[in-house]
Amino acid sequence: MYGLGMLKGLGVTLKHFVVTYLEDLRWIGKRYDSPESLAVRQGSQARGAFTVQYPEVKLPVPEEFRFTPILLYEEGPNGERKDRCTSCGICAKVCPPQCIWIVRTTDPATGRPVPEPAEFYIDVDICMNCGLCAEFCPFDAIKMDHNYEMATWDRLSDKERLLKPLSYYAAIRPNNYAREEAARAEKEAAKAARQA
Amino acid sequence: MTDKVLDNVESRLGDGVVRDERGGYSGYLVPAARLANVARTARDELGYDYLSSVTGVDYLPEGKLEVVYQLYPTAGGAGLVLKAQLPREAPVVPSLVPLFPGAELQEREVWDLLGIRFEGHPDLRRVLLWEGFAGHPLRKDWTEAYFEEDAKPFKSRWPEGKIHRIEDKVPFRHNVAYPPDFTPDGWVPEGDAALYAGLGQVTGGGNGGDPALNTDEIIVNLGPQHPSTHGVFRVVVRLDGETVVDLKPVMGYLHRNHEKIAERNTFLMNMPFTDRLDYFSSMGNNFGYALAVEKLMGIQPPERAEYLRVMMAELTRIQNHLSAIGFLLNDLGAFFTPVMYAFEERELILDIFEATSGSRMMCNYFRFGGLERDLPDGVLPKIRELVYERLPRKVDELDRYLTENEIVRARCIGVGVLTRERAIALSAAGPVLRASGVPYDVRRAEPYSIYDRFDFDVAVRPHGDVYDRYLIRFDEIRQSLRILDQVLKQLPEGEIQTGKPQYQARVPAGEAYGRVENPKGELGYYVISTGKPTPWRYHVRAPSFINLTTLAEMSRGYKLADVVVSLGSIDIVLGEVDR
Amino acid sequence: MSDELNHPEIDVPEELRRNVAITTLDKIYNWGRRSSVWPMFWGLACCAIEMICTATSRYDLSRFGMEVMRPSPRQADLMIVSGTVTKKLIPQIVRLYNQMGEPKYVIAMGACASGGGPFKEGYNVVSGVDQFVPVDVYVPGCPPTPQALLHGFAKLREKIDTQSVTSVRWYQKAPVEPIPIPLLGPDLINPRDLPALRDRAAQPAAAQS
Repeated sequence: MYGLGMLKGLGVTLKHFVVTYLEDLRWIGKRYDSPESLAVRQGSQARGAFTVQYPEVKLPVPEEFRFTPILLYEEGPNGERKDRCTSCGICAKVCPPQCIWIVRTTDPATGRPVPEPAEFYIDVDICMNCGLCAEFCPFDAIKMDHNYEMATWDRLSDKERLLKPLSYYAAIRPNNYAREEAARAEKEAAKAARQA
Repeated sequence: MTDKVLDNVESRLGDGVVRDERGGYSGYLVPAARLANVARTARDELGYDYLSSVTGVDYLPEGKLEVVYQLYPTAGGAGLVLKAQLPREAPVVPSLVPLFPGAELQEREVWDLLGIRFEGHPDLRRVLLWEGFAGHPLRKDWTEAYFEEDAKPFKSRWPEGKIHRIEDKVPFRHNVAYPPDFTPDGWVPEGDAALYAGLGQVTGGGNGGDPALNTDEIIVNLGPQHPSTHGVFRVVVRLDGETVVDLKPVMGYLHRNHEKIAERNTFLMNMPFTDRLDYFSSMGNNFGYALAVEKLMGIQPPERAEYLRVMMAELTRIQNHLSAIGFLLNDLGAFFTPVMYAFEERELILDIFEATSGSRMMCNYFRFGGLERDLPDGVLPKIRELVYERLPRKVDELDRYLTENEIVRARCIGVGVLTRERAIALSAAGPVLRASGVPYDVRRAEPYSIYDRFDFDVAVRPHGDVYDRYLIRFDEIRQSLRILDQVLKQLPEGEIQTGKPQYQARVPAGEAYGRVENPKGELGYYVISTGKPTPWRYHVRAPSFINLTTLAEMSRGYKLADVVVSLGSIDIVLGEVDR
Repeated sequence: MSDELNHPEIDVPEELRRNVAITTLDKIYNWGRRSSVWPMFWGLACCAIEMICTATSRYDLSRFGMEVMRPSPRQADLMIVSGTVTKKLIPQIVRLYNQMGEPKYVIAMGACASGGGPFKEGYNVVSGVDQFVPVDVYVPGCPPTPQALLHGFAKLREKIDTQSVTSVRWYQKAPVEPIPIPLLGPDLINPRDLPALRDRAAQPAAAQS
């Protein structure tokens, strides 16, 4: 019969429509926007309404998610900051669109380079979020941020905005942080053992 | 190929054809004058009936230009590389368009970017840039306004650390350079005069030339801003009433100079740039480039990495084909509901990419000799759920929803027919080629990675119309699910990277052509290394670009509304068309 | 009619500009506009795919009254420049912008549209669409995820909320001049650079760098 194919197709859309309501009923009494429900509704079991009510609810980002790069510093007990970056330049060398500029610090007395950056500049308007800088940084100093809410009315970029405490990194990427810290500790121990 | 076969080829190709003896090179050097004859012999007598890629190389130190042709037999097997060397001043080579019409756009690209003239080409105009542009950018002695250094990394980034905006350093504070003698007085833009001239006579030709009903044909422009051109693509159509008489695709609106930039980048830096070619299938793009460079380096990724690569490539194929089906239905007028359904599954696959590589679309996941990282915890069960439970069900549902719809059938069956012979001649690739009855799939014809281990069928459809090109995408999704099933069952444990990951890959001198079966067709990378950290030449054989050669063939004689459907059924992506 | 709207005869005196009636009017006016920003239906490059994702069910633009994507610039309020702006395309972008009716907004989506992006050094790439058309919101990222784009929309709505009928450019007495359309010559020519180009041609060749 002519039109049967269309009716069959409309049956599929009708089913979608009905399931949306059935699924809503299923979550009655449970929190619709809790992390647990979100994991089900946005996973491979997803049925019914697939919408995430951004900005009230946010889709959780996975640990490896990368947006723009950030620089990490270690916090001392008295709140002092110590940059992890040693201005070795590997990130600037590996950056595909060449959006990283590093001004090295020189000791005013000796004129020799000091292992910390005087200025660290990333042009976010060029950065392609590829993550190669974070991947090849030997000091775990540059990492990819999770914060994607950066829309502005003007162009921006400076070092202060780039800098984040190590605790921030530990919060967004707990597994990576644990693994890298263990490797660092191991390296330190090996170094100490060699010196002893 | 064995030496015996090679000797045979050599003797058949005839006088003046010599093997390319440069270190790391292969193929044959052909005198430019004999090129057409040699290509005809290769096609008619030796079975190399498929011209995969045409490109040019500028060997500035040797003072030569070279045109490189990659030919393959559609029966399967290794290819034949022909090269013609030309002087850098006024280089001319005979056009292969009469033999292989699929060379049309590619030869125009070589003319545009390298300034090599193809004698006998029916419509030799610039293709990616515009008429009147000064110079041929891929020449090694041509530099742009924002040029800093020949090779990255730039010293101004480190160790010199001179922070600057490049705009502040150039005249006009913009990315422009004019010839020194250029003056705007008395100058008129060349515009599209040549394009319209190429479309031919338009007055008085309508109504089949019947003098009693004499009407004018009209020229209609679709795009570059048009909701059904899948991006910034333009089609100029010559119409007799509503019937298409002739058609010319116009591209270059997204020409991002990928190849020029890539020749300054180090080998690794190009990896994230390849993501942005066919931005639907970045994993597939990574795959082809990694293969080409690994061929040069002579390394193999470990087993687990091979499996993960295939897994990612097939997931990419599924989400690409789902989107292609959705967009085709969009073009048919079923606005957005099929896309919504398709994108729901696509989102779930992108979640996997995001969890694994860090980005939904720009994965940058492959490395030379391996992968960036292993699958994080919790991803594998998700993939299993998708492959075994959700996707088969959802693909069937989409099939039920659309395939038997009478409107879809009426609009698609018998529309935009591309015959088997023309599909091969026009160098169509991927689903477009296979829907015309040619069972040619690089995964089977010349297996790369570990595709020879899997049991799958090459999807083929016989009619070559839009409906077959639509159906074949469902077939391929189902075959991909079959491959994924085997990958998941056989996935071994172990390393994912051969050697230590290096940001400065040591690539020996030579040339390599790495090709993969991407969702949109055969994606090839022609890479030449001179042993330096940056490639000397980097060319992408873009399936979307070359498949567009078939659009005119598919559209002639059909109605204007069918052009949109035929274009949708080719499934182009502009990042790859224009690069 | 449209001319009358562009040149309202009611001249609000300076001391009355901040009066209560106007601000309430502003609130209603802005609420109406921000709840139905119709984007133009076109995509440039990679970011366009994320823009389409934003319109599909998971992120659902219609929650903001924005799902009505108009293929014609004359019916659109918002141009989302979603991808690399090339020299070959910029004449069309400027033309489309000129054809859009006021009030009109531009979002530069992604690094390419904001400032050239990874392809900035290329010979056919314009370093940011703001070189030619005014941009209201910049959304960084390469590409911005759909949620990042939604955040950009939120910023745009914030911006709309700060506008006042007394000061917006489309109710000013002076007509809004169209942006001159760039030309494609030996390289891209901004008509605003034409005097400088003539000067350069007039100079002896040796003086040119």
